[in-house]
Amino acid sequence: MRAILLYTGMPMKDIYTIRNDFPILRRTINGKRIVYLDSTATSLKPQPVIDAVSSYYTHHTANVFRGIYTMSEEATALYEQSRSAVAHLIGAKPSEIVFTRNTSESLNLFAYIWLAGHVSRDDRVVTTIMEHHSNFVPWQQFAKKIGYELAIWYTDENGCLDEGKLDTLITKKTKLLTFTAASNVLGTIPDVASIVKRAREINPAICICVDAAQAVPHMPVDVTLWGADVVAFSGHKMLGPSGVGALWAKETLLNDLPPFLFGGDMIREVHETETVFNDIPHKFEAGTPNIEGVIGFGAAASYLSALGMQDVRNHEESIVSYALSQLGKISGVSIYGPKDPAIRGGVIAFRMGRVHPHDIAQVLDEDNVCIRVGYHCAMPLHEYMGIGPTARASFYVYSDRDDVDALIESLKKVKKMFGA
Amino acid sequence: MDMYRQEILDHFRHPHNFGTIDHAACTAALSNTSCGDRIQMDVNIKKVGEKEIVDSIRFSGVGCAISIASASLLTDAVVGKDRSWIESLQPEFIYDLLGTPLTPSRIKCALLSLEVLQKSLSGK
Repeated sequence: MRAILLYTGMPMKDIYTIRNDFPILRRTINGKRIVYLDSTATSLKPQPVIDAVSSYYTHHTANVFRGIYTMSEEATALYEQSRSAVAHLIGAKPSEIVFTRNTSESLNLFAYIWLAGHVSRDDRVVTTIMEHHSNFVPWQQFAKKIGYELAIWYTDENGCLDEGKLDTLITKKTKLLTFTAASNVLGTIPDVASIVKRAREINPAICICVDAAQAVPHMPVDVTLWGADVVAFSGHKMLGPSGVGALWAKETLLNDLPPFLFGGDMIREVHETETVFNDIPHKFEAGTPNIEGVIGFGAAASYLSALGMQDVRNHEESIVSYALSQLGKISGVSIYGPKDPAIRGGVIAFRMGRVHPHDIAQVLDEDNVCIRVGYHCAMPLHEYMGIGPTARASFYVYSDRDDVDALIESLKKVKKMFGA
Repeated sequence: MDMYRQEILDHFRHPHNFGTIDHAACTAALSNTSCGDRIQMDVNIKKVGEKEIVDSIRFSGVGCAISIASASLLTDAVVGKDRSWIESLQPEFIYDLLGTPLTPSRIKCALLSLEVLQKSLSGK
């Protein structure tokens, strides 16, 4: 295996060492190594994350915030340390991190508790055409209920968002702008801070929500530099376990908002006719949480912090740049999204002549090359672009040039088989 | 690879009964939204004695090799066949026609054509 150095800054952990942290990469199927190119769907898990989850089961199984005994105290401490680790990764305060199941739940939580009381039928909410369904469907469905207008910010021919369009999209009646910090199809990385600044210049009262499911795992994110009000992301896409995600919101906003779900943990006092709710963030975490998931999420955040998010980003930029050039050499391949790797995340959606993406993925599976095909939970975008389903290869910290080369070799087989 | 044996690829490249029938007696279309396949079936039925049999059939749409080959093979297989027989067809019939091992995620692709055909005959 060729080793590629993560070439800037500390800690210069090389790709070979990183790959060794992922036991699943040692698995073979039919004697062939696994070429995992579906990290945008979910990421593989490094040993420290597996150990953290396993350690909770082996040594610290107890509920959190309840027991006086040692194991419960330990579980509570691990749970809260994880909150700090996740907060640290995005430059936030721990009290501003609400644990949820995933990005979808984070965005739904926000929609459910914020829209009522902030948006009425004469108002407008703005989202973009390149959103994942989780940052599109909630706003579309609440529009039907509340009656506000859902306006859509369309991408340009390069798959980018033109900030100039905000001048017409955002009015005094626009209460919310919600957009992705990295497209899971086009790979587009909008300049979040610049968009937030421009939106607030037009309407200082606007609330801004960012879907960071594909950003927090892959690049440096500092919520204070972004300046948005709400940021949502998932644990499983950033080396953590499934079933745990986070909602970040400014302390003042969280304090002002009503609880989402009622029940255990989210209360301070309950009387027959009245309840006093707990402080943030616990006010939004009703019931026994996914304790082992959160502990694994914390371990993942610590692992990424130790790698250095700028190094992670640099590595992906170099891989995606190589993959774009190699894919471009196969005639008949159409690639969607920005051509410039500097504004593109580690994801490449493509089509290959008339070959259906399902057939591409099926042939690739013979070589254990794992890609995603379909609409990638972004049907409005595919409709807007006027294309059918696409094939998508995506990269992460453990992806190397051999993975790209394996993809290219398998695609040549597809071409031969289907005569694309 | 096994799934794409030559006959499947031939049906995909040159599907039989591909096209539409104007003013067909029975018509239906369905999509498989997860992969973007869409198949339409147009069928004309004629009465022969007590039986109603398929007189002509055409399919159109877009899909992967498995769904297109399935529609091609199925339309070949049902010409001249009794309506009630077609309505009673089970997934195994398609699996036998394709004669290729299918992974769980491809079963929906394989069965789309039968689903559309049965829907067109039911008139719903």
